[in-house]
Amino acid sequence: MLTGNLLWVLIGAILLGIAAGLNGTFAFLQKQSLVGDAAAHAALPGIAIAYLVTQQKDLPILMLGAAITSALAVYMIQWIVGNSKLKADAAIGFVLSVFFGIGIVLLTIVNQSGTGNQSGLNDFIFGKAATMAKSDLVWLSSSALLIILMCLLFFKEWKLMIFDPVFARGVGLPVERLRVLLTALTVLTIVTGIQAVGVILMAAMLIIPAAAARFWSNHLGVILVTSAFFGALSGALGTIISSVRTGLSTGPIIVLCAASLFVISYFFAPTRGFIAKSLKKKAFKQRNVVKEAVNHE
Amino acid sequence: MDALQVTNLSVAYEEKVVLQNVNLTIPVGHLTGIIGPNGAGKSTLIKAILNQLPNKTGVVHILERPLNPKDHTVGYVPQRNAVDWDFPTNALDVVLMGRYGHIGMIKKPSAKDKQIAMECLKNVGMEAFADRSIGQLSGGQQQRVFLARALAQEAEVYFMDEPFVGVDAATERTIIAILKDLKAKGKSVFVVHHDLQTAADYFDWMILLNRTITAAGPTEQTFTEDNLQEAYGGKLFFMDQTKSNKTFN
Repeated sequence: MLTGNLLWVLIGAILLGIAAGLNGTFAFLQKQSLVGDAAAHAALPGIAIAYLVTQQKDLPILMLGAAITSALAVYMIQWIVGNSKLKADAAIGFVLSVFFGIGIVLLTIVNQSGTGNQSGLNDFIFGKAATMAKSDLVWLSSSALLIILMCLLFFKEWKLMIFDPVFARGVGLPVERLRVLLTALTVLTIVTGIQAVGVILMAAMLIIPAAAARFWSNHLGVILVTSAFFGALSGALGTIISSVRTGLSTGPIIVLCAASLFVISYFFAPTRGFIAKSLKKKAFKQRNVVKEAVNHE
Repeated sequence: MDALQVTNLSVAYEEKVVLQNVNLTIPVGHLTGIIGPNGAGKSTLIKAILNQLPNKTGVVHILERPLNPKDHTVGYVPQRNAVDWDFPTNALDVVLMGRYGHIGMIKKPSAKDKQIAMECLKNVGMEAFADRSIGQLSGGQQQRVFLARALAQEAEVYFMDEPFVGVDAATERTIIAILKDLKAKGKSVFVVHHDLQTAADYFDWMILLNRTITAAGPTEQTFTEDNLQEAYGGKLFFMDQTKSNKTFN
């Protein structure tokens, strides 16, 4: 079952899950999750352009193309919000659909070209972790390790920047540069995951583990570890399930695994879960009823 | 030595001018109230002084030097509603943020930083809540945590934006005791305040503001009915109750 390549795929998926879980938590707390979604969709035209220009499908080249259009999309969203009356939701919707539309058009062109059919670029839409070559997995893993390292290094700075940017500037933190760094790292997380998870569902890896982890704690450190764990677990399960059944894409399975963890967290998490909160509310009411009854006597 | 020197400061949001031609010179060691009606530009003045606004002209000197966050000379208490209190962190951690400038990038807070943060929490009577997540604190407790964070900055000049809004009486007394203590230690404190009833009791120096400076100086010279009427543009119909003992005529 666990052949040599699948073991590599599994390691890559776990590292990717950890990276997305950590980076996604910062993006989630910064309320930038949807920007990540747009950035992920905007990776598609970059992949197609990189292939059309170089006629190669080496992962680093495609990742570079994806990173350029992805970063461009983020920049465009910020520019539109800053220079027009449009709000973020409209700007994100606009940029996401336009970039993805261009990506699909370019992908069609690639598929109709001579070598296009063998390019395998279609796998970038929904992800295909099981077929990744070992060299690609080395790229994926090193990129994921870099993201994990950066999230650990800038933990304290990003925490303050997201919580209170004005105060952060006041104590001398380079807030604008930290913000750019976090955005750049989000783009890097996305392009790291595009082949394994696919552009359409990559944002789910950023959002769902972080959102699920938030139910478990009120401490950023604990949330980060929980989110990384959920990301790794979804990545591993998604990879294994999609590789034992031929024809299944990895992205959707990863999302379903993450979503299951989210539902479990929503109901059963002891800190902020639905059941724990209901019980607390009930206990509070009961205490007050007893108190009032005593007062009336 | 002057705590604050402002020369020809003007601020505009889009086309709207919020502050026009503000000039101030305030010596060190005073507890200064920044007073004015809603929309007078009180918060804007603080943010402009702290170099947080892009559309600003004019020169600001703090302790006779241009503001440099790396000097750690300035402490800041923002308005309580300026942040998301559902953010996952606890009271001690927020106070520790006041040390970040001293700690430096990437490095972790030392045992000494944690000790300082804990002492600051104790100063505001919140040591029992160190591990409490900030979302579970009351408004007054949140305000105390913000004050403790500013104390942890160990600054020389403090700027506080409406620290008394929405707090309980005990918290108000704690805050004013700490402000007076800071003054006694020779620090300079600037406080945006909107309650005229208490202003004269709290502050020994005043800035009356309405888009530009109406008056600035020692409280007994500036906190007069004429100046207040000018700053509030004649809208101060409740003055009759307060002028008897609170204003200096």
